[in-house]
Amino acid sequence: MAVTDTEDLGAGAKRPSRLFKNLAGKIAAIPMIFTAVVVFIGCTLWTIYHSFTKSRLLPAPEKWVGLDNYERLWGENRWLISIENLAIYGACSLILSLIIGFVLAALLDRKIRFENTIRTIILYPFALSFVVTGLVWQWILNPALGLQNVVRSWGWESFTFDPINNAEIVIYGILIAGIWQGSGFVMVLLLAGMRGIDEDVWKASRVEGIPTWKTYIFIVIPMMRPVFVTALVIISAGIIKVYDLVVAQTSGGPGIASEVPAKYVIEKMFLSQNLGLGFAASTMMLLSVLVVLIPWAYLEFGGKKNG
Amino acid sequence: MANSVEIRNLDLSFGSVEVLKDLNLDVEQGEFLVLLGSSGCGKSTLLNCIAGLLEVTSGQMFIKGKNVTWAEPSERGIGMVFQSYALYPQMTVKGNLSFGLKNAKVPRIEIEERVARAAEILQIEPLLNRKPGALSGGQRQRVAIGRALVREVDVFLFDEPLSNLDAKLRVDLRVELKRLHNQLNNTMIYVTHDQVEAMTLADRIAVMKNGKIMQLGSPDEIYNKPKNLYVADFIGSPSMNFLEGQLEGGTFKKDGVVLPMTGYQYVNSSQVDDRPVTIGIRPEHVVTGELVAKAPVQSEVTVDLVEPMGSDTLVYATLDGTTFRIRMDGRAKVAKDETLTVGIDPARASLFDTKSEARL
Repeated sequence: MAVTDTEDLGAGAKRPSRLFKNLAGKIAAIPMIFTAVVVFIGCTLWTIYHSFTKSRLLPAPEKWVGLDNYERLWGENRWLISIENLAIYGACSLILSLIIGFVLAALLDRKIRFENTIRTIILYPFALSFVVTGLVWQWILNPALGLQNVVRSWGWESFTFDPINNAEIVIYGILIAGIWQGSGFVMVLLLAGMRGIDEDVWKASRVEGIPTWKTYIFIVIPMMRPVFVTALVIISAGIIKVYDLVVAQTSGGPGIASEVPAKYVIEKMFLSQNLGLGFAASTMMLLSVLVVLIPWAYLEFGGKKNG
Repeated sequence: MANSVEIRNLDLSFGSVEVLKDLNLDVEQGEFLVLLGSSGCGKSTLLNCIAGLLEVTSGQMFIKGKNVTWAEPSERGIGMVFQSYALYPQMTVKGNLSFGLKNAKVPRIEIEERVARAAEILQIEPLLNRKPGALSGGQRQRVAIGRALVREVDVFLFDEPLSNLDAKLRVDLRVELKRLHNQLNNTMIYVTHDQVEAMTLADRIAVMKNGKIMQLGSPDEIYNKPKNLYVADFIGSPSMNFLEGQLEGGTFKKDGVVLPMTGYQYVNSSQVDDRPVTIGIRPEHVVTGELVAKAPVQSEVTVDLVEPMGSDTLVYATLDGTTFRIRMDGRAKVAKDETLTVGIDPARASLFDTKSEARL
């Protein structure tokens, strides 16, 4: 009965070519691979290359100018203010939306009534576009229509809160709108993370008499690390590309006091028709992201091999 | 001996759902009490009430004579071990053991001493600097027990602590828990749905159903003298054989089966008047082979199915139209459709009133 001749075992006995394994999956992945290579990597390289040229319009004529664009960029007051604004907006927005989002999530996590309703209300601003958010907060912060007017009508005549028209603090006016829009989303993310924590851990800490706030700080937050990383990445991406909020709320004003890098890039490329300078600015934005990202990635993924 | 835990008229409802109803329970100092029941019977809920993790609706609770009905869990003098271990994953084993103590402002030297002692008792000294993620299930549960141990409390509460472990480890840790209890002599209240754990560990077992204690007694009482049909059916694997019939003048009768109940100890000997009854016979109390001749009652059954389990053989037979389980020796030779003569001792059986389901 024993079959010793292997050639007679039929097609099933042959090892199939590895190229055709999971063929459907490979075909489905082609568009995304194409997008990743051409759009993300290809266009980035193209942009970096042209930032060293004197291109002005899109079928870019290539006249190599070296670092000229970068020198001009860093000599320009508008760019410096943009960078400063982004730093303030970024740092405050990152810290505040994480703190506010976490506190809201922690409050919602205490088994309260109407949780779904409250969660929806807090998440609602996230459903609005930045343009609408900017416009709404432009009205709310308008001294003649909004907050200042309301408080004064209550009788506090000397109350002044007018960030939109004050070049010194205009970026904080934008910050308020940004946080109002984004912290609901952070809350939902963190709340999902908190729900993933075993109920028994809470019980154990209660039996041991550890106060709630200590349980959050020393036990829950460390357990939620992956969720925090996700939230951090999403918030950071939102910060770097902040553009429409500024356009809708202040148009970069008063003067150039609330300019941001993304707005600078768009305007140089499509309004001033100075592609080279716009590309140089966007290359600087990429560089600043990498400066933050590379050490973090090194710590996160490189350190594991030793530890 | 003094009572370590006393529960008086405890009620707990979630909205309109009554989970625990007028429950009374006394646990003696140094006793190992097991709360046993199928899921949803309220055993874990009761444990959480004792721990103070759930607020009771009414009733009172005393631990060591002190009224703790409204006390915080940490003030009750209890330690608790959970099914899912509930360790703090970002801290080392040592951190897990000492975090609660640090928080309670116990002096550092004393913390060191207590942690070292708990680690020695549980043999987790080599693991002290590892994180829970690097431990096996059994080691994690030991750390969780250690975390209750360092609190140096009078009462330990266990919420199905072995249910997440594999079968072999469960047996090992079960033995270790028993040893730990012998060594420490603390009061332990242990929740489980596993009757083997309950039988082996407990000084007393409380069998629960629908938020009520069906029977509270030693494993021996629970097994040999179940107070009602539910307990009789729940305890024992394979479960008890039940035959519904009639009690007539001290003899059980059901069509072809006649069992004179000679030697049976009635709960109350005045209750032996005629009535519909259910008799329960444990599969392991049915004898076969040479022993049949010595048994007070003999009967013939037809074999339907044989399950060899190594240590013993389980036989499913038919007795007067109903399935009858018999546990035989592992080396017994039985085949399907064979007719088997079995011996039954009515003194070891249990008799229940069919209507009230209570033991007679």
